Amino acid sequence: MFTQRISTTRRIGSLTASLAIAALALTACAGSDAGTTPSAGESGGSAKTDATITFIPKQLNNPYTDVVLGGGKEGATAAGFATANVVGPLEASASSQVSFINAETQAGTNAIVIAANDPDAVCSALGEARTAGAKIVAFDSDTNPECRDVFISQVVAKDVALIQTKLISEQIGGKGEIAILSATANATNQNEWIKFMEEELASNPDYKDIKLVAKVYGDDDDAKSFQEAQGLMQAHPNLKGIISPTTVGIASTARYLSTSEYKGKVALTGLGLPNEMRSFVKDGTVTEFALWDPAQLGEVAAYAAKALVDGTITGATGDKFTAGALGERTVEDGGLVIVGPPTVFNKDNIDEYDF
Amino acid sequence: MSEPATMSVDTSKALPGATPARGPRWYTGRDAVMIYILIVFLLYAMITIPRFASPVTTGFLILDVIPTLLIAMPMTLIIITGEIDLSVASIAGLSSATLGMMWAGGSNIWLSMAVALVVGLLAGIFNGVLIAFVGLPSLAVTIGTLALFRGLALVVIGDNAVANFPKEITALASSKLGATGIPIMLIPVLVVVVIFGLILHQTAFGRGLYAMGYSKDAAHFVGINVGLSKFWLYLASGVVAAAAGIFWTLRYTSARSDNASGLELTVIAAVLLGGVSIFGGKGSIPGVLAGVLLIGSLNYALRLGRVSDVVLVSLTGLLLIASVIAPSISASITRWRHERRLRRQLSAPAEPSVTG
Amino acid sequence: MSAPAIGTLNNSPKQGGKSASAWLKLRELPVTVALVVLVVVTAVINPLFLSPQGMKDLLLNATIMMLLAAGQTMVIVTRNIDLSVGSILGLVAFGTGSIFAANPNMPIVLVVLIGMVFGAVLGSLNGLLTVWAKVPSLVITLGTLYVFRGLNNAWAGPKQHFAGDRPQAFGNLSVNTVLGMPIITLVAVIVVIILAIFMIGSRPGRDLYAIGSDPEAAKLFGINVSRRVFTAFLINGALAGLAGVLYASRFNAVGATTGSGLELDVVAAAVVGGVAIFGGSGTVIGATIGAILLNTITSSLTALRVDKFWQQAIVGVLIITAILIDRLASLRHAKNLREKEGRNV
Repeated sequence: MFTQRISTTRRIGSLTASLAIAALALTACAGSDAGTTPSAGESGGSAKTDATITFIPKQLNNPYTDVVLGGGKEGATAAGFATANVVGPLEASASSQVSFINAETQAGTNAIVIAANDPDAVCSALGEARTAGAKIVAFDSDTNPECRDVFISQVVAKDVALIQTKLISEQIGGKGEIAILSATANATNQNEWIKFMEEELASNPDYKDIKLVAKVYGDDDDAKSFQEAQGLMQAHPNLKGIISPTTVGIASTARYLSTSEYKGKVALTGLGLPNEMRSFVKDGTVTEFALWDPAQLGEVAAYAAKALVDGTITGATGDKFTAGALGERTVEDGGLVIVGPPTVFNKDNIDEYDF
Repeated sequence: MSEPATMSVDTSKALPGATPARGPRWYTGRDAVMIYILIVFLLYAMITIPRFASPVTTGFLILDVIPTLLIAMPMTLIIITGEIDLSVASIAGLSSATLGMMWAGGSNIWLSMAVALVVGLLAGIFNGVLIAFVGLPSLAVTIGTLALFRGLALVVIGDNAVANFPKEITALASSKLGATGIPIMLIPVLVVVVIFGLILHQTAFGRGLYAMGYSKDAAHFVGINVGLSKFWLYLASGVVAAAAGIFWTLRYTSARSDNASGLELTVIAAVLLGGVSIFGGKGSIPGVLAGVLLIGSLNYALRLGRVSDVVLVSLTGLLLIASVIAPSISASITRWRHERRLRRQLSAPAEPSVTG
Repeated sequence: MSAPAIGTLNNSPKQGGKSASAWLKLRELPVTVALVVLVVVTAVINPLFLSPQGMKDLLLNATIMMLLAAGQTMVIVTRNIDLSVGSILGLVAFGTGSIFAANPNMPIVLVVLIGMVFGAVLGSLNGLLTVWAKVPSLVITLGTLYVFRGLNNAWAGPKQHFAGDRPQAFGNLSVNTVLGMPIITLVAVIVVIILAIFMIGSRPGRDLYAIGSDPEAAKLFGINVSRRVFTAFLINGALAGLAGVLYASRFNAVGATTGSGLELDVVAAAVVGGVAIFGGSGTVIGATIGAILLNTITSSLTALRVDKFWQQAIVGVLIITAILIDRLASLRHAKNLREKEGRNV
């Protein structure tokens, strides 16, 4: 009798405790819900006729992505979207973006701008979004071409490859062994650049003395890229230079070189963020590296999305739209839109940039 | 550690009382509480989150939770026996990689799936032999096979991704039953859930698992073949994890070595949240079902509300901690009340007794 | 009176003379042999592996993991586990970055102290929940793994702190060497040695083994189990904090995801180093060598240009081998004991 009462009380107690947790969960949910609504318009209000745009980056909390999204949100407001949202996974895995696309589909978002972690994994989800009426803009990293309307490419893929081979050739004096330290092994954009680099190294007589001896992948993880850089040095004692076509990779490699005996002996170039690379350029670890303006990438993507939503363009070759102050852009073969030429950074100009 | 002890004392004392005669008390159990919370949450979400109450939600939500739900079934049984399997997500990755390589190598898609399942079976047998027959601790073994099977997935498929699976098969993985929004895949998944539910709750084998969770030796003495039972569980876990890997591959139309990585922690979190005791001996399939669905719908609701995953990550952790310490909190409150009452009762008649 | 009894309970490796059979019983032996073989084979094939820079890299790579594995051993020995160390490391590493960003002139020693205290606070939270709620630490620390990571994400957001923002002297800790060892490695080695002495040579340390061997017996013996377990979590947290500060010294970027996924590597290092997952046996030194071994495998494979895809599978095989060896050793030990007792009768 007595025990039975205790056990009932206990169960009620644990029920109360559990309900308290649930309540906590709900408040957190509701609280943040209000917090993330941007100032541009009231979500759930009367703005149903207004167009909405959502950016889905490869992963949140990545400095490069942050600059791109900053430009994107500004562009979205300027282009006339009522609300601009950013959602995305904390880990850049292939499947992690799908449930975000699903939620956006259900929310009836007019334009989804996505940097795909895997060109195929997001496809069927994007297909459903398009069936529901959303326009799909891929940026930064392309999806399978049949799953999106246009792809905003930072630069002409070949240009970005050529500028990196040119820089490394200059830095190592036109001959010697080089290696590539990339992001993940199936990163679409990096692989395309690497393909062009390999072709250029093989075909251009200026580079006949340069030998590409290794391709390694740091998975855009700081510690992993660091160890890969280290391994390159040991596995290839005659290495003269490294190309790292990813912002995480180049910074980690620079950190390793600057703290090792290879500083100044092994050249490093690639694509990097000026803010991350500044100290390495100043201490002489890195002479020159390249990048486009990431904010412009986001901006052009936002304008392209607006043009698609408004029906000004359909994504067909030859379509033209104006990307605000950045001027007119044309949709090229394969639904490609190019943002602009890459910039080369060195110790003379790096202080002029803040991203 | 002392918690199951007090609980078991509880039940044994309750037995001679009138409780059994008054019918089942399932509606106040730990798993029942979980089901109430799930219902309350779903109602709340339907009312406050725009668009949550729609068949589209059902479809996406179910598709999202299928891998977790599948793997949670054998995991529930394993944890009830007091063991654990951390290698499930790696087995799913290995099966995904195998499926991809077989298909890319020109095999028939059904044959590829069958081989992927066999690979999962072998992985499960490997775990099972080491744990059940060699007698190694499951936590350590499956940390090892977590690395081993994921490593083998990398060896099998490397950095490649295989994507060109037949359209009709991948479409099947995400197609819905008419306008209801319920994915067709839910049917075989429910069959698996029911099978595991029946095994655990309706068979002698299932009761044996609970007994093992309470005391291995006792279970052994009442004639349960502890080793063999565990072996079957790990084997089942391997096959089901492989099936989840196949579903994952087809749903995302991408076979990669890193598919489903990290899923083991989500599954374990869901199972524990569903009222299964990590010490073994306690838990039920309906509770786990509620646990999986709660995490899944919380997840989906937050995404629909565009709340950052940061909140979700923290919330999962808090729920997990709260779900295990809630009994302790209520127990200590009860103890405090009980003591206070005792003290009051003792002090009230104490005075006359002193004078008398 | 109680000291020798604890000795038999904990099956401590420092027992008995240094006869050949005693050496064979050392739990650290297999892992040490594996490490030596690995290093020798790699160095023969690629001499650069043991060049000054190569050695330095090897040591640096293992430093962080050494600290984490040593701390984890303390916890595992008491039959507990701390899965949240990766998240603790991440929070402290980002905290270190933030401190230097706000105040570049802060004395380094002070920052190290703050980092350790921060880690200790997080670790003691694990300890408190485990001890007070009497809930298995596996679940509690799985929960705090998520919670701490969530906090880190909320705090850092997209912000990262880079090596360039930190004082040169701080970064140099992982560049300059003393006695051929990078300073941060030296720090780690000293900490590990202190911890090893504490575990074997002090009463509270030996209590931890007693608790892990048989919690009930330990309680009967008058050991304050709760306090000891709490202390183990606290020290483990402090070491993870120290590892976090050193991480910030060595690597370039610290941010929201720093240190994620480290927890299983740490447990793996301890297991490979002969620490029994269900408590009661294993040494800090063994776990440290396990950490060095796992890190060296990565470097060796790269130096040997072996397909890196094999790496993880090899680690898995190693872990399972380590548990098997452990099992065989304890079986033989039990057999010996039985025979001895038989003779006595």
